[in-house]
Amino acid sequence: MQKRTWVAAAMAAGLAWGAAGAAGAATVTVLTSFPKELTSAYQKAFEAANPGIKIEILNKNTTAAVAYVRELPEGQRPDVMWASAPDAFEVLARAKLLTPAPDTVNKNAPTKIGNFPLNDPEGMYYGQALAGYGIMWNTRYLKAHKLEAPREWSDLTKPEYFGHVAISSPSRSGTTQLTVETILQGEGWDKGWTQLLEMMGNAAAVTDRSFAVPDGVNNGQYGLGIVIDFFGLAGKYSGFPVDFVYPSVTAVVPANIALISGAKNADEAKKFMAFTMSSAGQQLLFDPKISRLPILPYDTLKAPAGYPVPQEVAKRAKVHFDTNLAESRYQVVINLFDQMVTFRLKELQAATKAIQEADKALKAKPNAQGKDLLAQARSLAYSPLVGEGNAKDPQFLELFKKSRRDVAVSKELTGMEQMWADKAKSNYAKAQQLAQQARGMAK
Amino acid sequence: MSADLAARGAVVPARPSTALSGIGPWIAFALIGVFLLAFLIVPVCLVIYTAFVTETGSLTFGHFANFFGQTVFMESFINSVLVALASVFFASVIAVPLAYLTVRFEFRGALLIQTLGVLPLIMPPFVGAVALQLIFGRSGSVNLLLDDWFGFTVPVMEGLTGVIFVESIHYFPFILLNLVAAMRNIDGAMEESALNLGARGFRLFRRVIFPLAMPGYLAGAALVFVKVFDDLGTPLVMGVTNMLAPQAYLRITSVGLDDPLGYVISVIMIVFSIVALWMSARLMKGKDYATLQKGGSALQKRRLSAWEALLAYGWITLVLLVVLAPHLGILLMSFAKVWSFSVLPDSYTLEHYATVFTDSGNMIGNTLLYCLLSATIDVVIGTAIAYLILRTRLPARQWLDYMASVALAIPGLVLAIGYLRMFRDVTLPFTDTPVIASWVLIMLAYAVRRLPYALRSCMAALQQVHISLEEAAQSLGAGRMSVIRRVMVPLMAGGIMAGFVTSFITAAVELSATIMLVSRESQAPMSYGIYLYMQSVAGRGPGAALGVLAVVVVGLGTYFSHRFVERSRATVQSV
Repeated sequence: MQKRTWVAAAMAAGLAWGAAGAAGAATVTVLTSFPKELTSAYQKAFEAANPGIKIEILNKNTTAAVAYVRELPEGQRPDVMWASAPDAFEVLARAKLLTPAPDTVNKNAPTKIGNFPLNDPEGMYYGQALAGYGIMWNTRYLKAHKLEAPREWSDLTKPEYFGHVAISSPSRSGTTQLTVETILQGEGWDKGWTQLLEMMGNAAAVTDRSFAVPDGVNNGQYGLGIVIDFFGLAGKYSGFPVDFVYPSVTAVVPANIALISGAKNADEAKKFMAFTMSSAGQQLLFDPKISRLPILPYDTLKAPAGYPVPQEVAKRAKVHFDTNLAESRYQVVINLFDQMVTFRLKELQAATKAIQEADKALKAKPNAQGKDLLAQARSLAYSPLVGEGNAKDPQFLELFKKSRRDVAVSKELTGMEQMWADKAKSNYAKAQQLAQQARGMAK
Repeated sequence: MSADLAARGAVVPARPSTALSGIGPWIAFALIGVFLLAFLIVPVCLVIYTAFVTETGSLTFGHFANFFGQTVFMESFINSVLVALASVFFASVIAVPLAYLTVRFEFRGALLIQTLGVLPLIMPPFVGAVALQLIFGRSGSVNLLLDDWFGFTVPVMEGLTGVIFVESIHYFPFILLNLVAAMRNIDGAMEESALNLGARGFRLFRRVIFPLAMPGYLAGAALVFVKVFDDLGTPLVMGVTNMLAPQAYLRITSVGLDDPLGYVISVIMIVFSIVALWMSARLMKGKDYATLQKGGSALQKRRLSAWEALLAYGWITLVLLVVLAPHLGILLMSFAKVWSFSVLPDSYTLEHYATVFTDSGNMIGNTLLYCLLSATIDVVIGTAIAYLILRTRLPARQWLDYMASVALAIPGLVLAIGYLRMFRDVTLPFTDTPVIASWVLIMLAYAVRRLPYALRSCMAALQQVHISLEEAAQSLGAGRMSVIRRVMVPLMAGGIMAGFVTSFITAAVELSATIMLVSRESQAPMSYGIYLYMQSVAGRGPGAALGVLAVVVVGLGTYFSHRFVERSRATVQSV
């Protein structure tokens, strides 16, 4: 009896609590995938400057965030969406779940970074911070394994890095997809894939979330990680023995903020958006635990000494990132990467190991026939299964844009994925075998 | 086996239960049925019907055909089965000796060991995997030391081996809890007779005690199998994608919510889990595990000889060391300023606890509120279903079990999306708060997802209560409700408690549904907080600190519920 009363009381109290929480008037709910240090800093600073308005942070990973907004009815949705991956904003914009808020944009910010437009041309979302791509590493790990710090992506293809590199899957992480696309645009489709596959042959892991890479490098599970810049910088400025470099093939692109359609408190939400893009809001990005690049030029801000300057990184960067190209082949790139790397990592590693060993043996004792076999092995292991011609073919690309709920489309797509999977597996096996033969000839 | 025992006069052969008439069971049946339909079956169907329709909405099995055309899925399926079987094996290797030693022998700190043995469940699986990486990973403490001293490393945390390692450590408490409850219910007279007939040592264990505890063991083992089969967090953290749950998850969340293949995998996982549970139920069929004498003489506690004691304590220490390694890792992490590529952290701080207390104090309260409520719902429904199935002859009563067990195989994400779809425009009664913005859905999701745990324990407990005990009470004039309240429930107390504890602590670490259903940070439970703090490059200290608090809070809860059971047992015995 006693127990039942207690449960009832708890229920009632809980309900009252829930109702009271919802009744607050000027509460802006911000849906974000950003880490807590960043969101708390903005929440505190904004609330201090705007006493009447309360910020409620709702943290979900980008995919869950998009699904969440899509499932909610108008009037129940959060007010602001704030995240890195541009494709998430594209999905929301296409579903008419975003509303333009051009008056929130800071006039002092440039309209382009490098040749990349800072804000969405349709005005659905706006650049709030900048990010470039690069390599981070753990200094203790490199020292213990007697490894040099890399400078360029191509360094990561060297045999001494075998088993030391980590990356996230581009199908799981929008920023990794941009990194992969940057390499493909910088080096060209075929050469880019060869370099990527050589790098991935050295991979220790392909993680499911982008965050797992910097974390693994921070705690020393992996020596090197392919990451977005603030992952490396925030770790470094927070005291971890890690460092970060922008290779010359990089791109600087914005992280975005947008107003969600049917927001309850649109006016207050806009105030918050404007704040994040104002000088005061941009200054917060220099916090060591946040360490992001601002969109505003440094003459209006107080940047810490030695802090990377986005305009300079963008200027040095060799890639002129083409968003349309990236979007047109988005599905092909992520599917191909998953079938050739994520799901076949073990086989790719084995082939790479055999190739590296054969290469070493042949360098010590050259043999023409062995060299031939090794070249064949490389070509098998490191050529993309989709040629540049196909990757440009609108008819081929069209297939990936159709709905998978159509059984015939789905059949064609799964058939293709199956073909890639089989091909990748048999290519890696053959490459491994050829490399072992080649090694045997080094006498 | 049962014939064997019956021949020794140990067990009364199974007897059809008396058909209970009246309207009571029907009402219970209807209420439970409605609950399961509303909060499990319909929401899930809203989501998974995607697997069966084309773009235009017509029915199709084409997506299934496409699924079976892909070798990566078959490979994933085989890997999942292998990992689940291996995990059941290793979990048994850990749990069976722990249970046997602590129940059967006079053992210092038996209660402490049983409580400690439950701790692994309290940690969200992904946190456990993270912490284990720090201890056993590629550059974890153990491997750094091994490399330093002997120049080699042990790759226990790599690939499928790693998944099996983490899962066995994480889920063995399912077996431990259920087995301990079952062994405590064994009538000491059975053991006496076996001893009189000359069975000793291992033979006694193998032929008498273990068979009698079989319902508990199988209940636990089936849970381990099914949970490992569809655990998502661990393979993901370990970077293993060639298993079924990660494939489904990657499909649903990356290719997009519209890709039917993700839902096809969900359907296949649901079907497979139900088959696994059904098979474990089949194994039990036609066997009677009920014993007549209750409370009078439990299994006698025996003394260990000096050698046996040494061996037993040695084994237990070793097991606890491995099993508690994640907790050690998380504890160190919660005090660490920077811990990177070194055996121990560089320096220590209390800062992370300060952050957690000032920032997220209400999360502890939320966790307790949601989990106590959901676990209570679970044992009430679990006991009711067990009663309806084992003690009545309502048609289709087995369906309640099947329906409830479906929850085991539902990915949290799928259930959560189903809730959001189903309750879109519904407001809470008497308020204008939309249901989807309230914490009630979070609590219900916990209750539904954890119901199978409570149910398995309650069924196992009731299977061990001989119907004659109830018939005796009835023939003495007790009404049905008072038989349930005064005889059945007290005799099932151990099992119900095991169910309550399992539901409670596993709900406390539930993450996938939580992330989807939390609509305000103020209503977030600890699991959400841990996840949030763990997503920080600037250091995961506060996440670890909150993890430690979660372990302490839930651990204390478990300890006190054990104490409660001990005390109620003592009361029964003294009567």
